[in-house]
Parts: sequence; structure tokens; C-alpha cells
Amino acid sequence: MANFTLRVNGEGRTVAVEPDTPLLYILRNDLELNGPKFGCGLAQCGACTVLVDGKPVRSCVAPVSSVAKGHITTIEGLGTVETLHPLQRAFIEEQACQCGYCGNGMVMSAKALLDRNPRPSDGDIKAALNGHLCRCASHNRIVRAVQRAAREMRS
Amino acid sequence: MSGRRGLSRRAFIGAGALIVGFALAPRVGLGQPARLPGSLDGNRRLDAWLRIDPNGTVTIFTGKIELGQGIGTALSQIAADELDVDLARIEVVYGDTARTPNEGQTAGSLSVEQSGTALRFACAEAREILLSAAAAKLGVPAADLSVSDGTVAAAGGGRITYWDLAGDADLGRAATATAKPKPPSAHRWVGTSVRRRDIPKKFTGGAAYVQDVRLPGMVFGRVVRPPSPGAELLSVDEARVRSLPGVVAVVRDGSFLAVAAAREEQAIRAREALKQSAKWKETASLPPSGDALYRDLMARSAPAETVTDKAAPAAAAPVKTLEARYTRPYQCHGSIGPSCAVAHWQDGRLTVWTHSQGVFPLRADLAKALGVATGDIRCIHAEGAGCYGHNGADDVALDAALLARATGGRPVKLQWMRDDEFMWEPYGSAMVMKLAGGLDAQGNVVAWSHEVWSYPHSTRPGSSAGVNLLAARHLATPLAPVLPADVPQPAGGSDRNAIPLYDFGRVKVVKHYVAQAPLRTSALRTLGGYANVFALESFLDELAAAAGADPVEFRLRHLSDPRARAVLEAAAQRAGWQSGAKGDGARGRGVAFARYKNLACYCALVADVAVDRGSGRVRVARVVAAVDAGQIVNPDGVVNQIEGGIIQSTSWTLKESVRFDRTRVTTRSWADYPIVRFDEVPEVDVVLLDRPSERFLGVGEGAQGPAAAAIANAIAHATGRRLRALPFTPERVKQALAGGSA
Repeated sequence: MANFTLRVNGEGRTVAVEPDTPLLYILRNDLELNGPKFGCGLAQCGACTVLVDGKPVRSCVAPVSSVAKGHITTIEGLGTVETLHPLQRAFIEEQACQCGYCGNGMVMSAKALLDRNPRPSDGDIKAALNGHLCRCASHNRIVRAVQRAAREMRS
Repeated sequence: MSGRRGLSRRAFIGAGALIVGFALAPRVGLGQPARLPGSLDGNRRLDAWLRIDPNGTVTIFTGKIELGQGIGTALSQIAADELDVDLARIEVVYGDTARTPNEGQTAGSLSVEQSGTALRFACAEAREILLSAAAAKLGVPAADLSVSDGTVAAAGGGRITYWDLAGDADLGRAATATAKPKPPSAHRWVGTSVRRRDIPKKFTGGAAYVQDVRLPGMVFGRVVRPPSPGAELLSVDEARVRSLPGVVAVVRDGSFLAVAAAREEQAIRAREALKQSAKWKETASLPPSGDALYRDLMARSAPAETVTDKAAPAAAAPVKTLEARYTRPYQCHGSIGPSCAVAHWQDGRLTVWTHSQGVFPLRADLAKALGVATGDIRCIHAEGAGCYGHNGADDVALDAALLARATGGRPVKLQWMRDDEFMWEPYGSAMVMKLAGGLDAQGNVVAWSHEVWSYPHSTRPGSSAGVNLLAARHLATPLAPVLPADVPQPAGGSDRNAIPLYDFGRVKVVKHYVAQAPLRTSALRTLGGYANVFALESFLDELAAAAGADPVEFRLRHLSDPRARAVLEAAAQRAGWQSGAKGDGARGRGVAFARYKNLACYCALVADVAVDRGSGRVRVARVVAAVDAGQIVNPDGVVNQIEGGIIQSTSWTLKESVRFDRTRVTTRSWADYPIVRFDEVPEVDVVLLDRPSERFLGVGEGAQGPAAAAIANAIAHATGRRLRALPFTPERVKQALAGGSA
């Protein structure tokens, strides 16, 4: 066991865990954040995605020791029900899910995309999200939601 | 919309113990009472369905569960309209064996039909009761009262609210269903695309899923499944694993093996250690793969059962006959979130938080498996990832309950790993459909035969005697499921949608239902409907081609149901269907139609595909759908279900099959089971034919079958080659293009 002080959504949080503990379990169980989800544990589906220094990271396979120095952002760090981030608002407006279990990863990777490309084409969005699986098949709504958020963030 | 819904899941859980369950009156008395609409018939007390609270809210209770299909929102719309209250006042309690009516499974696209109908009549009756209480208080006839957002106003100026009347209006009585629900013209919420109430928390990190349930002292569980369906556990070094960091309990009972640890990653490591040390005796119990899978299925012992055999009086003799065989492999539900449950034993009583589709049937099977009374078990619904049928949700509840017996009263959250889900979820059955048909001299279908071979499509808890929970069969004293019967017509199971709605001269449908299955199978969205519609609607195009007829015209020629004709015509029109248009070798378009279960929504599709002749890759570019779901409660909800169904069916149809050798399932991860990704998803355009004066028709499964057939027909239109074996992988397409059989 070792102590790690993580910077999550702008706050310092100290946990005592094994250095190879995947970040996901710390976020969900120690920090009680519901956003990142366990989907596969193999970095195949994207449900666990968080941002580390603005870049999407699969938290199910990222050892805590590898992200301890970074700024970690989860979907909770984007906004709340009262103070929605444009992406969260857009996913709600477009009703861009059925079960929503994949939604966390979609929003987080979309955030990274819009931060580097504020005017993405549909193809850019699909490419950015192609590593994320959605089984309810809300893909088209998700693309529309990202476009809607991009428009709002530009204006 | 969520402003009044302040209870967090944790607070809700805490409050749960204080809520006193009410008695759900069974159907008693001499003779059968009059039949009541929807699920009101089996749950006949009004207070089983709704409660008016002095704090200005209405709580509705449904035995159905939210699984991302938006049922809670649709039911709220129905209740708000009948009661004349604002939608924001409605709270929803989903399946909870201590609090809600027993409505069996949330399955078969029946929730709005069953629960919605019950709530509609219960709320209409409650409104009458509230109005007569108001009339007594205000001293005016009920007929002179009007209601707006729960405030009852008399023509002469008196006012009183539902919330004032909550104590006077007694809903603790038998429903009569005599209050007439409102006409569609008086609806404010029904028929509008109200936003779903479950979505905001899902995008802000709210506690939305069973995976988010956290209890004081909770530990984390993992299960160690056998390496193959026929395996038995010979030995395992439990002592060594017990000494690993954080391990709280190791449970071994026969071939059931599970571990609990203080931290989740510790449970995962302990699972790996158990897997390393476990010795198993494996048996080659699985069927062959490839086409041999289907020959094996057809060779298994099952009586040929005639589903229908009818001839029109003047059916002519065919002058031309065709036959073809279609196949569908085992396919996965493939929920993105592996199955999960939280189990907590206190003083011999068990509480389980579960994403089961049926909390009451689950409770009954848990009671049998655990040897406790049903009254000592409470099952509470909490959402899981989308399930599309019977996945591991029920099984994991027993896993968690077995493990939680060994944790000294500490609650256990147990989630399956990805390979548990792929290897052990009950699959959608492999199927074979043999079709034969005959045309008369005018090119009309005068003879039709559909013969289907299938393993079970419903092995849910409660669907037969015995225990239908996975771990029960691995225990030292195993509890086996009794061989399940097929789901009977008119809905049908293996023969679902095998009876054509078309007017063919002579129609014969035969099924070979193989109850003893080498791989566990159960309900996957549409049961046999997907494969039967794929076969039926593909073969119809084959006959149309033999008759030299246009596929849309050919269908209309044989279709007398006006609602069926209307969706077909609407889809063709929206897609700009051109009779006689030729495929160009790579691009083509296909049409298909079905009425799901021959009972639920009508759905017609036109699909446009592009076939890459070099790689064999099929791309579905665009799908146009027309749907008649009777009265529509939430149009965007219907569109969402149809869109999702089309894209999911595209994935099943182009990509999906479970892999196995003769001993082990070899599908373990998404790398072994590709599904469609963003770059493969078709554009979807859905036309709704609203029929406000017609009853609700279930919509959740309407698109699966037609989508497969429309794609197959489009490929045939594009290339002149007919694909009859699902899925249409690049290898199969190339083989077909090269002239081989597919």
C-alpha cells in the first residue's frame, strides 16, 4: 500500500492503495464517483473514460501510479444537474441514450474532441468516438448531441 | 422535471426499511370477478397503483422496471393526464417486492399495454374518488367541479386540492375500472415527446444504476465460473486465497466458487488467484460450429409440432415452387455493463438490489435456491445497463446472495467480469428456418410452408418449475431448471412471427422445439421473431423475384390488413421507392415488414446498402422505417426504440455470432464479439403513424426482424446474390459473390 494524492475535479484526494490499482476503482469506490463505469476492464468499450490532463484515459486499465501527477476530470467535474456543461445539456436535449451506461465515456471523449476541435464534422465525431461501444444503438443521437454542444460552446 | 424528486438512492435505501408493504389482494371470492384492463386484473386494489401524498406529489407504483426504454416517463405521462396533475408531481416506484404490484417480467414490449393500461384506469378511478370527496367537502355536485394540476375548483368559486383530500379519499379499495379514461383530445402529456426522467442523472454522475448502490460496510464480490459449461470443480486452494490482502470470504459449494474482499481490485485479484489454483474436470458438451451447428440442431430429437395448417377454400395449385434454408447463430445480449447485484442478509432475511426484469419471479427462484421463504426476501429494482432480454441480471443476484451468506452480515456488491458475461449469459438461440412456397400462373403465392428448429427462448426465473438461476446448477446439491416449454401462440417463442400475416393460399407452419439445449439460451429481444421474420421476409423477396414482381407491390398484393398496408406504403413513399429500380452490383435497396408477435406494433423498413465487392464488407447506409404503435404515449420514445432496434439489428445481422469449440465458449471479450461502431451505423429516419383512437401497441422489439430482412433483400438487390446464413460477414459475402452457397 502507498499513499497517492490525486487531483480529481480540482480537489486533492488522498487514498492508500496498491500502486497498480486501476484508477477506476479508486474513483468509484473511494471517491464515490458514479460517472466512470466498469464495462470490460480491458480498455475495449470506453465506459470508464476520464480525462487526465485533458486527454481521454481508460481508467479501468490505468494504474493509479501512472496518473498520480495529472489533473483528473470525471463527468462530475463537468457540471451538475443545476449547472450543466453544454455537452451534458446537449445529451439531455437530444435524449441521446437509452440505458446510458456508455454515456459517461461518450461525453468525456467528446469533451476532449471539442477542446481541440471546436468545429468538428460528423466524421470527426464518429472517429473520436469509434473506440466507444454503445449497445442500445444511440449512435446517431450521440453525434447530434456533440454537434449541438459544439454549436453552443462556439456561440 | 426532477425538482421534486429529491431522494438520493442512498436516502431511498435508508427509507426502505420504514415503508410498510401493503397487501396486494389476490383474486378471491366465489366465481371469477369481472376481468379488469391490463395488469389491473392481477392487482386489483387502487392503492397498489397510486398514492396521493399531502406534500403535493402523486406516487405511482409499477411492477415493471426501467431499463432505458423510458417506461417510467411514459407511465408518468399516462397518470398525469388521467389525474389532471403536472407531470413534475409524479414519482415512480419500480418493481419492488415490498412495494409494487406483481406484473411478472418487463418483457415482450408489453409494459405500456399492461402497466400503462392499469395505471390509466386506476388513475381515472382515483380522480373520480377525489372528485366525490371534493364534492362532499365543497357541498356541490361532482359534475360541477373541474381539476387543474390537482386543484379542484367548483363553478361557484370553492377550491380544494388533492393534497388536502389525501386523507379523505380512500384508495384502499378494489378497482372497478368503471371510470372512463379521457379521450385522446383531452390529453396534455400523452402524445408529446416529454423528456425522459431518468436521463439527467445519467449524464451528471447521479446514482442511476445498481452498480451505484453503496451500503455501509459493503464488500466487493467476484465469481469464478467454470471454464466450460460441462466442467466440474475438482480442487481449489481456498486457504491460500483467504490469506490474500483484503479477502473477506471464499465460498465454495460444489462447482460454485466466489470471493469477497474489502476492495474491488482485491476481489478481482483474488478471483484470478482462485482461477489459477482451481482444477476442473471438463467435458466436451458443446455442439459443432459452422454449418454443422445447424445440421446438429435439426438432428436433435424434437417432435414436429404443427403450429398452423390452413388452406383458403379456392387455393390454386402452384405452377412454380421454391425452397430455401435460413440460419441464425447463437447471439449475445452483450450488455455494456456486466451484470451486478447487491445482496444483504440481516437476521436470516435477504435484501437484493437487482436489475432483473422481474423482481417477483426472481424472488421466487431465489427462495427455492437459498431454501428460505419468499417472505424473507425482498428484491428491489435498480437499473442496469441495457439488457435486451434475459441476460445475467437474475443469475448474479443468486451469486451475490450466496456470497453474502459468508460475509458476516456485510452487504456484498458483486459484478460479473466481461468474460463471465460473454461466456455465461443465456444466448439468443441458434435457429434453422426451412421455407417452401409455390406461385400460381399469375405469380401469386398459393402455398407457403415455414419449418423452424430452435432451442428455448424463455428460461427466465419463474418460467418453469425448478430454478432458472445459473449458480443453482453448480451447487453441491444442484437445483436444475425443469425443461422449459416453448412460449405458446399467439405470441409464440421459437415460432414467434413464423405465421405470415399475408394472404397466401395454403399456409403450414411447423416447429421443432428442442428443449434440451447444449448451450444455455433464453429471451433475446424478439425471441424467435428476429430469425423468423428474417427468413419469411427474405423468402418472400425470393418468390417476388421468381414472379418478376416488385417487392413492395408483391407484399401489398398479398396483404389485406389496412394498418399493415399503411406502414408499408409510408415507408416506401418516404424512402422514394421506385418500382423496377435495379441494383448496380454494389448498391441496392430492400424492404421488409412485420407486425411484432403478429400482435404488437406494425413496422416496415426500407434499407439501402453498399457492398464492397473486394472486401465483402456490407455497409448499411440508410434505413427508413414506418411504424404504427396504436396510440403513441411518447413519440420520441418510440423513435428512440425503433432507431436503436434498427441499428442493433444491423449489428446482429452483419457481425454477431457466439464462438465455441466442442468444450468451451471462446467468446470472452469484445475482441471476440465485434458489434457495430460509429463508422458503421446507418442513418435512420422513422415515420410514425399515430392512431390516437387505437389501443397502445408495444414497440420495443418491432424493428429487429424487419431490419435483418431488409438488409438481406438489399444485398440481394445490389448483387443478385442471396445471403441466407446470419451474420453477413465479409467472408460469407465474398463467398456468395464468388458463386458459392451462403
